[in-house]
Amino acid sequence: MFHWLEKNPFFFAAAISIVISFAGLIEIVPNFTQAGRPLIDMKPRTVLEIAGKNVYMKDNCMACHSQMIRPFKSETDRYGAYSLSGEYAYDRPFLWGSKRTGPDLHRIGNYRTTDWHEAHMLNPPLIVPGSIMPAYDHQFVNLADIETAYAEAVTVKNVFHTPYGPEVRRGREAWEAYKPTLIEEARKIASDMKDPRVIEAMKKGDVPEVVALIAYMNSLK
Amino acid sequence: MQSNASLEYDYSLAKKFTYLTILFGFLGMLVGTLIAAQMAFPELNYLLGEYGTFSRLRPVHTNTVVFGFTVSGIFATWFYLGQRVLKVSLAESRFLMVLGNIQFWLYLVGVLAATVSLVLGYSTSKEYAQYEWPFDIVIILVWVLWGINMMGLIGIRREKALYISVWYYLACFLGIAMLYLFNNMEIPTYFASGGLGNPMHSVSMYSGTNDALVQWWYGHNAVAFGFTVPIVGMIYYFLPKESGQAIYSYKLSLLSFWGLMFVYLWAGSHHLLWTTVPDWMQTMGSAFSIVLILPSWGSAINMLLTMKGEWNQLTENPLIKFMVLASTFYMLSTIEGPIQAIRSVNAIAHFTDWIPGHVHDGVLGWVVFMMMAAIFHMTPRMFKREIYSRKLMEFQFWLQTIAVVLYFTSMWIAGITQGMMWRAVDEYGNLMYSFIETVVILEPYYMIRTLSGVMYLIGFMMFAYNIYKTVTAGRKLSTEPQFRTPMA
Repeated sequence: MFHWLEKNPFFFAAAISIVISFAGLIEIVPNFTQAGRPLIDMKPRTVLEIAGKNVYMKDNCMACHSQMIRPFKSETDRYGAYSLSGEYAYDRPFLWGSKRTGPDLHRIGNYRTTDWHEAHMLNPPLIVPGSIMPAYDHQFVNLADIETAYAEAVTVKNVFHTPYGPEVRRGREAWEAYKPTLIEEARKIASDMKDPRVIEAMKKGDVPEVVALIAYMNSLK
Repeated sequence: MQSNASLEYDYSLAKKFTYLTILFGFLGMLVGTLIAAQMAFPELNYLLGEYGTFSRLRPVHTNTVVFGFTVSGIFATWFYLGQRVLKVSLAESRFLMVLGNIQFWLYLVGVLAATVSLVLGYSTSKEYAQYEWPFDIVIILVWVLWGINMMGLIGIRREKALYISVWYYLACFLGIAMLYLFNNMEIPTYFASGGLGNPMHSVSMYSGTNDALVQWWYGHNAVAFGFTVPIVGMIYYFLPKESGQAIYSYKLSLLSFWGLMFVYLWAGSHHLLWTTVPDWMQTMGSAFSIVLILPSWGSAINMLLTMKGEWNQLTENPLIKFMVLASTFYMLSTIEGPIQAIRSVNAIAHFTDWIPGHVHDGVLGWVVFMMMAAIFHMTPRMFKREIYSRKLMEFQFWLQTIAVVLYFTSMWIAGITQGMMWRAVDEYGNLMYSFIETVVILEPYYMIRTLSGVMYLIGFMMFAYNIYKTVTAGRKLSTEPQFRTPMA
């Protein structure tokens, strides 16, 4: 049979395709009927938190931080309750990470505050002596892309039925109508912050990246 | 496998992709060395403002070595050996030549643009699949072009039976196509929201645990079909060609090939042990990882036994040394991986530096060594010139071998140290170390790793220089060398 296959490239390729598809079909597909379910009463992230999640992705925080607390006492003591599948149901993409150069962040909202994050992002070794994390000063200057975050909320609502309210819908008009809600949410975060650049930007109605990021960090509980 | 003197092969595409392999290899390793140094000396994060942090540069490193270096190397070797084992010249088909050139330029522009986009912060964040959707489309186009080219060449072949190397290249094409396509399913938010926000942005088709499963089915098997399958294909061609020895066992190559095809893909979920992925999937991943030793070692042993009775070549021909070392590192890496996939070991190893340690003994020791050996073998035949310097090659070999050993030993120690410290408890059951204590202690290992990176990079530059001098100043050859590559 193998000699025959080796003279018939089409069937050879077909055989490879079948053999390599097996694992995916048996191991991955079944989970799609189950694991997508959110925890009861779980709300999707606010648009500001999505903007923060996008800052997290843009600066690629998962290169060094995980968001997956494994079911060991040493991990639950350090980070809090172990992670549940349903908690990630609205996460597109998943942000579990694969390397902990820094600590896990899945429940960081439980034990860190806005002003802690602000000081830490400006100069990590000052807050945690010995830290090898660099400062993310540019997040105090760059503005968060809140419009893209809104577009993302609209997309997941329409395509994947993520439960956002009627205020999240297609088109520029809907976005302009929604924007003040988001700015208000950002103001609440920024009111605990001291950096003059943040205060200045918020006055103009802009949202610096760091404000969105902290909103996201605070939502990780 | 005798050389066919009557047939003139066309190496223009192989040459072009060889240049790219060296270029992207250098860039990828340069960035890799920089980010290794950043972990030992954090001040180096501030060289390029927001674009120079470890976090931004890490995907630049990984994607440049995967999609830049490795993929170029796969293309280069295919366009060289594909013609030779199928006994047909690319120049016999104008269509395939044109297609190959389109593939080359589209690939070059696509990978460069995608790399810039990563530096700017456009990232889907899924490892080794960070490119945003426009670049995914380019990559898929390039891949399809290569597929058509490969099928086309197979279609007009003179040698009816497909040589083992062709099996592996074919599997590489099919596997990567399937994996890349499914893992990069994403919806651009701009179009789904009525024209809002940044057109580059997209969301994954899958969410949470499902997304993780698809990602690591991809992530693990991108390693399988990018870093293993085509490289095995290379060694099946280049080792017999260079040594003049026939492959030890056809049956063993059959077992290894089909075994690898079937088993490899199951093992992806070993990246997700102890997570929220259902237990039975984790167990499958673990179990199949152990089974994976068989086909992996099957290929490696087949290679080593091919040298049976001819071990003197190891001292006489540095190229044989490169390839034997590569298969040895392949064996090391494919026993280490399964060990890490055992649940109890994984509880300590996961999230630590042992994982990058494992990746790099495979990639630096196996992939890059094999690829360099392939280029050393091809260059004198493509350019009809002798290798410029054997001495340089020997020196490079030892420099890089020591570098790999330093890399993985330092990362083994770092990883196991940190993994043990995270879980250490005192007599009352309280955690013994704060997180930062487990970071500070790793500094010497990060320094050793930086040193190993610098050494490896210097070795690669010596390789590039040797090839450059071969092409421009190597002694001219009148006939094509049959087996052993001539060198000055």
